[in-house]
Amino acid sequence: MGHTRKRGALLKHRSMPMSIKQNFTADAVPDFRNLGVMARVLLAVNAFAFAAALTAEPNWSAVLDRFLRAAAMVEPMLLAAMVALYVLSPALARLAYWQGCAAVLAIALAVSGAVHAAVAPPDNGLAALARTLGLTAIAVVSLLAYLRLLTRAYSPALSEARLQALQSRIRPHFLFNSLNAVLSLMRRDPRRAERALEDLADLFRVLMQDNRSFVRLADEIALLERYAAIEQLRLGERLEITWELDTAPQDALLPPMVLQPLLENAVYHGVEPGTGAGRVVVHIERRGARVLVRIENPYFEEHARRAGNRMAQANIRERLQLFFDAEARLATRVAAGRYVVELEMPYRPAKA
Amino acid sequence: MNPLRVFIADDEAPARERLRELLTDIAAELPTEVAGEAQNGLETVERLPASGAHVLLLDIQMPGMGGLEVARHLAGLPTAPAVVFVTAHDRHAVEAFELNALDYLMKPVRTERLAAALRKAAAAGPPPKEQLAHAARQPREYLSVVERNRIVLVPVREIVFLRAELKYVTLRTRSAEHLIEEPLVGLEAEFAEQFVRVHRNCLVARAAGSDEEPHWNVVLDGVAERLPVSRRQWAVVRVLVKDA
Repeated sequence: MGHTRKRGALLKHRSMPMSIKQNFTADAVPDFRNLGVMARVLLAVNAFAFAAALTAEPNWSAVLDRFLRAAAMVEPMLLAAMVALYVLSPALARLAYWQGCAAVLAIALAVSGAVHAAVAPPDNGLAALARTLGLTAIAVVSLLAYLRLLTRAYSPALSEARLQALQSRIRPHFLFNSLNAVLSLMRRDPRRAERALEDLADLFRVLMQDNRSFVRLADEIALLERYAAIEQLRLGERLEITWELDTAPQDALLPPMVLQPLLENAVYHGVEPGTGAGRVVVHIERRGARVLVRIENPYFEEHARRAGNRMAQANIRERLQLFFDAEARLATRVAAGRYVVELEMPYRPAKA
Repeated sequence: MNPLRVFIADDEAPARERLRELLTDIAAELPTEVAGEAQNGLETVERLPASGAHVLLLDIQMPGMGGLEVARHLAGLPTAPAVVFVTAHDRHAVEAFELNALDYLMKPVRTERLAAALRKAAAAGPPPKEQLAHAARQPREYLSVVERNRIVLVPVREIVFLRAELKYVTLRTRSAEHLIEEPLVGLEAEFAEQFVRVHRNCLVARAAGSDEEPHWNVVLDGVAERLPVSRRQWAVVRVLVKDA
């Protein structure tokens, strides 16, 4: 293995109180840079406008006509307001919930007032402006209430329960085979046996702890290396891991135990079924505001057909969704006899 | 007393080493010697027959060929070894595998249990074929022919047809022919996905059908013989030929 990372750095950072609830706390101003939030706002406002047209007109062509006329007003307001909220989002996040909501309302009203003044025909009087502002206020308040309900639905109790249930599990055969390997070292190489037990202990400490906080990528990589050291002991020359971590953003935050199950899958499905040596590649890099992870292993079609177990992936996908909403992506493909898993998530640096 | 000859099959080197250590530990109460080792299923089938092993310590999860299939091929040997399965799975999985009827040990193995299992297996002899077949659950990937004291493995996907003749079943691939001693009915049930019955005495690989002459004989890719199709089976075969 081509790595010489410092051992012992793993558990120091792990207790960092970086709550995952930053996405899901009930009473926090919505993150207007979050793709899911943006999509929901766009959809809801348009649905609102359409519903208004639907109740006001008797037939479908008139409804469509009215909706399109409304859209000419609504869309510029909506887009301008969303740009403003996107820009001001970090500032809003620092306010208390109710202050933040008031600020969001004020921003939306100011933007829609300005757009109204710019777009609406000049002969429309104050009454029209008041109507625009009133509708904007209703839309903003109902959206804030909806987003609050949504976050409540996910947290805290429910999302915590789901996270507990989703915590990844190490395969029992890995534990027993590892213990067996350690036992075989006891007499011949007691020091190596000690090291292996320490690695196992660290791995299980992380597995059994309360996995509800973001962890730093550096810690997750350290965990991967401990896991790999144990597998190496067990599989010897059959396991060949290439680490491509030079541009990995060490300070990136991610949900715990997301990478280890992927590496475990790579070993279980890509190396263990082979009689010869199998090469696994672990590649992590930062590309702009995204963190990209690629793990690849030899593909055994026959084994994949028989095993057919993609539990770990479904589990990781759901956990990523709980932590990052729609902003993370997990994709797999088979290319040139290799099985490739690609994970993409937003780059969120840990605050120093 | 002659030492018990034990063969060790496990894909993980530390696991084989551990078993050797344990055998040394129990030498005083049960003298043994290591007859041979293998690190995957195919190697086990290849090396065991000449090793003169009495007992095989056999890992279930091995690359190349799983332990259960290995045991099924070895059972055809005139001097088949007793088998003690070794697994890292938990008791729950062992039950799911229906290994209960067979001798097995769970990793990590304890000395007392190892001695007891070896003694019991050596006294009981090789496991009955039916029990192995029952525990295996999955169709074999190979059929085996014992030639003198050697096992020849024929991959099932290379078999073109299987034809019952008197006591034997003829197994035909594109390049060779073998005789095996297994009832055709059992083969039909085990390989229902890969083979179709075209006649009372004949199973043909579904993938080998040729549609050049869809009449009362089956013409098979790469084999000169034509096999008769009975009137009763013609409907089944015709559908297959059309689908091909």
